[in-house]
Amino acid sequence: MARTPIRKLLVANRGEIARRVMRTARAMGIATVAVFSEPDAREPFVVEADEAVPIGGDSPATSYLNLQAIMEAARLSNADALHPGYGFLSEQPSLARACEEAGIVFVGPPAEVMEMVGSKLTAKGIAREAGVPTLDFWALPAAGGEGGGGVDPRAAATAAGYPVLVKASAGGGGRGMRVVREAVDLEAAVESAMREAASAFGDPTVFIEHYVERPRHVEVQIFGDRYGKVSHLFERECSIQRRYQKIIEECPVESLDEHVRQGMYGAAEAIGRAIGYVGAGTVEFLVDGAGNFWFMEVNARLQVEHAVTEAVTGVDLVRVQIMLAEGEKLESALGPCEVRGHAIEARLYAEDPSRDYLPSAGRISRFRIPDLPGLRVDASVETGSEVGVLYDPMLAKVIASAPRREEAAGVLAAALSSARIHGVMTNRALLVAILHDAEFLAGAIDTGFLDRHPPAELARSGGLPSEHARLVHGAVAALGLQALRREQAGVLAGLPSGWRNNESGYQWVRLSDERGALLVRYRMGDGRSGSRRAKPIAITVEQLSLDESSLPEGLSGSSPSSLDVALWDVQPGCVDIEEGGIRRRYEIDHPSHASAPAAVFVDGPDGSSVFQVGERFPLAAGSSGAPSLVAPMPGTVTKVGVAPGQAVEMGETLVVLEAMKMEHELKAPSAGVVDRMDVVVGEVVALGQVLAVMKQGDGETIL
Amino acid sequence: MQALSSAINPKDAEFVANRAAMLDGLAAHEAEQALGRAGGGARYVERHRDRGKLLARERVELLLDPDSPFLELSTLAAWGSEYLVGASVVTGLGVVSDTECVVVAHDPTVRGGTMNPYSWKKIIRALQISRVNRLPLVSLVESGGADLSTQAEGFIPGGQLFRDLTLSSSLGVPTVALVFGNSTAGGAYVPGMSDYSVMVRDRAKVFLGGPPLVKMATGEESGDEELGGADMHSRVSGLSDYLALDERDAIRIGRDIVEHLFWRKLGPGPSEPADEPLFDQDEVLGIVSRDLRVPFDPREILARLLDGSRFEEYKALYGTSLVTGWGSIHGYPVGILANHRGVLFSEEAQKATEFIMLSNQIDVPLVFMQNTTGYMVGKAYEQRGIVKDGAKMINAVTNSTVPHITVMMGASYGAGNYGMCGRAYEPRFLFSWPSARSAVMGAEQLAGVMSIVARQSAESANRPFDEEADRMRREGIERQIEAESHAFANSGRLYDDGIIDPRDTRTVLGMCLSAIHSNVIAGRRGWGVFRM
Repeated sequence: MARTPIRKLLVANRGEIARRVMRTARAMGIATVAVFSEPDAREPFVVEADEAVPIGGDSPATSYLNLQAIMEAARLSNADALHPGYGFLSEQPSLARACEEAGIVFVGPPAEVMEMVGSKLTAKGIAREAGVPTLDFWALPAAGGEGGGGVDPRAAATAAGYPVLVKASAGGGGRGMRVVREAVDLEAAVESAMREAASAFGDPTVFIEHYVERPRHVEVQIFGDRYGKVSHLFERECSIQRRYQKIIEECPVESLDEHVRQGMYGAAEAIGRAIGYVGAGTVEFLVDGAGNFWFMEVNARLQVEHAVTEAVTGVDLVRVQIMLAEGEKLESALGPCEVRGHAIEARLYAEDPSRDYLPSAGRISRFRIPDLPGLRVDASVETGSEVGVLYDPMLAKVIASAPRREEAAGVLAAALSSARIHGVMTNRALLVAILHDAEFLAGAIDTGFLDRHPPAELARSGGLPSEHARLVHGAVAALGLQALRREQAGVLAGLPSGWRNNESGYQWVRLSDERGALLVRYRMGDGRSGSRRAKPIAITVEQLSLDESSLPEGLSGSSPSSLDVALWDVQPGCVDIEEGGIRRRYEIDHPSHASAPAAVFVDGPDGSSVFQVGERFPLAAGSSGAPSLVAPMPGTVTKVGVAPGQAVEMGETLVVLEAMKMEHELKAPSAGVVDRMDVVVGEVVALGQVLAVMKQGDGETIL
Repeated sequence: MQALSSAINPKDAEFVANRAAMLDGLAAHEAEQALGRAGGGARYVERHRDRGKLLARERVELLLDPDSPFLELSTLAAWGSEYLVGASVVTGLGVVSDTECVVVAHDPTVRGGTMNPYSWKKIIRALQISRVNRLPLVSLVESGGADLSTQAEGFIPGGQLFRDLTLSSSLGVPTVALVFGNSTAGGAYVPGMSDYSVMVRDRAKVFLGGPPLVKMATGEESGDEELGGADMHSRVSGLSDYLALDERDAIRIGRDIVEHLFWRKLGPGPSEPADEPLFDQDEVLGIVSRDLRVPFDPREILARLLDGSRFEEYKALYGTSLVTGWGSIHGYPVGILANHRGVLFSEEAQKATEFIMLSNQIDVPLVFMQNTTGYMVGKAYEQRGIVKDGAKMINAVTNSTVPHITVMMGASYGAGNYGMCGRAYEPRFLFSWPSARSAVMGAEQLAGVMSIVARQSAESANRPFDEEADRMRREGIERQIEAESHAFANSGRLYDDGIIDPRDTRTVLGMCLSAIHSNVIAGRRGWGVFRM
């Protein structure tokens, strides 16, 4: 077979991975073409590409999952190769096939290979034949589907032994996956997994297997060339997961016994050879505490976490992919390699771990990760980017490498701690806490890590500022808001802030974060020029319960903490104060540029805080509109369970909302009758949008 | 423009003593203000709060834009009278929805917010400030109307209040009334005469006569809700334009109303750099003499008042007992007239007249910094025409149409008070420092003059002159005049708009100048500038 050099590469993906692939392409002298959806028009990956082709609408189905549009973009741009990235169409045989038909080099395995590994069931069969350990499994065709009465789920689960895992045969990333511990929950789990699988991958097939408790997730990177050669490029551990999504990955896995490690390398290569693997792939294994491992699946693409392998081997995995796609032999694409040092990757998500990882959308008003030695940042966003609800909420991968594991963890934690990420909630505090955790540092990790350490608790213990620092941050936020208001004042902006000739009250602002509400009261003083020392001011911070609705004037009971604060300089974006005798500079950011920002971000040497700014005039009782079921987040309606007029029990599911890969069931808050149903399946809803209105028997509308 | 220099020495014994005296005066002033803030006392304040109501100043604070400055006016009104200091009402200049407004709020903890003669004076003055400077008026109403025990003094001024409200409206100055509680009889006309009225549900009661009065008048039985409840007025009578769910809601609505005025100021606004003075404003305290007989250089004050301490002095070598010149405060150009050595001679009067005309020619507001013992007396001066020259200055001050602001720093005696734009000359704003003393003449001089007259009278009647009785009478008069000329006494009678901390003068003038620029700034035209 002749070598076909690539001159122009179309990246059929978005965000971080599109930027990553194009970076290597540029380094290899290959021109780059991006494809983009309407909401992505201004994203960095589009701007950075040599050329970019708009491929359509605002949903993934009409853009990055739209095979025809992507192939048309390749034709239009005269691309001679296509890199699929990960996710979207990356593991769809149809894409590889379409490329083949169009005479475009596909940077990935051939369609037949994808078909084989795309079904986990098929892959497991091949692995078993190749002598690789696998768990027993039972496939379930779709209920009422063509397969008809296949296996009985109950019998299968009993045979596998509870707890069992119900898992979609297609796809990955934790979608269509359910752990079932008791028979009573099985039916609902199977139904919901199938629905999610069908919606996500177009294939409702699921299988049941025994659920290995507290397993480790270890995977082996493999490469294959067109000439039948397959070899591994070491392993990665991806055991720290939240809801089956990896969030921290590393290489190497130091705690594995050498014979286990070698066993996995051998198994991975055996599977690769058995299916004739070409390109970069990953073979995933479950490892139990005793060092037993079982084959799980093959990922026929570049993994999100490939960067840790790059960091310790010095190999550019995308470069190897491209060379193999061009028809190079494995020996020339990938020379002899060794692992040097240790690398850890953290995935920074726009989500709120304290609220069940609710995705957080918004405009990134500030994005800065410090440039520390050994640090690599693969970001999909930059300052000014919009994080929407349509795509994966990963903002960036941050990778630290160092000679020793603890050092890498330390550098990574430091980088994340001092990062400035404003405009959306992130899992940053959780990541930092994990990286500081003693169990993690001892290498005693498995996929149950975050079940044992509830994220909210963990974040509080490690990554979030101390209670005192939080109060200081509250005061700093109030001072920054104060400066912002003065700057934006239409009249008397140059006069001293909050000046009074007959002082009777305090200026105040109510702030809240996940720990509760704060009431900050202050007087800025006379505002006269003079002194070369910091100017002391009166400022108190009072902790309120979250549901506190009364306003400052009438408050009593809770004891305000008086802070010993003197001002050096107070600007809307920067507050320089002396607190308890120590001078610190804080950065402040108000993501919305309106005069009344909804959130304030405070970053200082003693940590970072995010506060929601309370309404100065909360709606008085009785003034709100009709109580209703509102969307807790933006998303797409995937199921409407009831119709107007229908009586429902408390807790009955009314609407299912899919947002950022997760299904959220919205349940009836009490028994009653559905009065109105304002949404239909497929509708995209905004945060706080009324979905349905219920009323009780006596006709009164209820929440 | 050149910056002023300063020659003071903060370690100087005089400076230190002056500073201590001024701080004493400020402490006494603050003690008086505190009395007013305490309202009707702890018991009434608590009762008011227990009803879920906000205090007058809390309502004002919530109404104002957060972190904006607020200049409370006439805080010592009724000082020295039988009524509570502050006259049971809060008035001031503040910012609501980015609009400079005059705010008036009754203090319902003092005799139900009823208005005594000083309350009327204070409110009518606030309305005047609103009207003349074209500042929207927001009234926070909770008042039982006139204090009936003083009806004789309140009846006529009360009528002026209603008149002034609608007069403001006709001049394009919007008036907004937020009614929090009782607003009966005379009080009912405040929402009635205002352009907008907002009433708090279950709280506001607005009627000419309450149930007892109606029963007395016509025998009709009625409840106060149907007579004057907020709900009734919002749905039936239409006297209320907005129904508020509670006090905060009313304030929120009030802010929205002011926002929709889409206010545009008519003045040219600030035009100069608004940099801070080069010298510490705190030092003003030590510059002002504690003894009024000792003059101080007003340039030391100006160096701590004007933007960047910049001052362009007019006729620096002529009539040197009065300093005149131009500078700016918070970016607003001003002409300054400041007494230096107390006495005004013909030269000073002529210089002032020219300076006032020049400032009118260029439409620049004037600031008068008073420290004057009056026009010079004596044969030589009378023969040179001091009366004519003083008359020129008073004529110029009277007929000048640029806005004036007066600050009483120290002495303000005799016609000097008039020439330097005292209260009768209707400056837009007039503030006193605690060191200010004002009367027809100094206490000692007045007592001395009366003594001389008595002695002459005794001599011409050939009566023996009782030296001891004269001494005692002199002392008595001196004490009386001293008390009457005290800054607090004048402020109590509403002869100024309040006493301010000298260190805050730049801030206060900045706010006032900005307020003044809500209206047109136009100097007198007609004759050319006369060289006197």
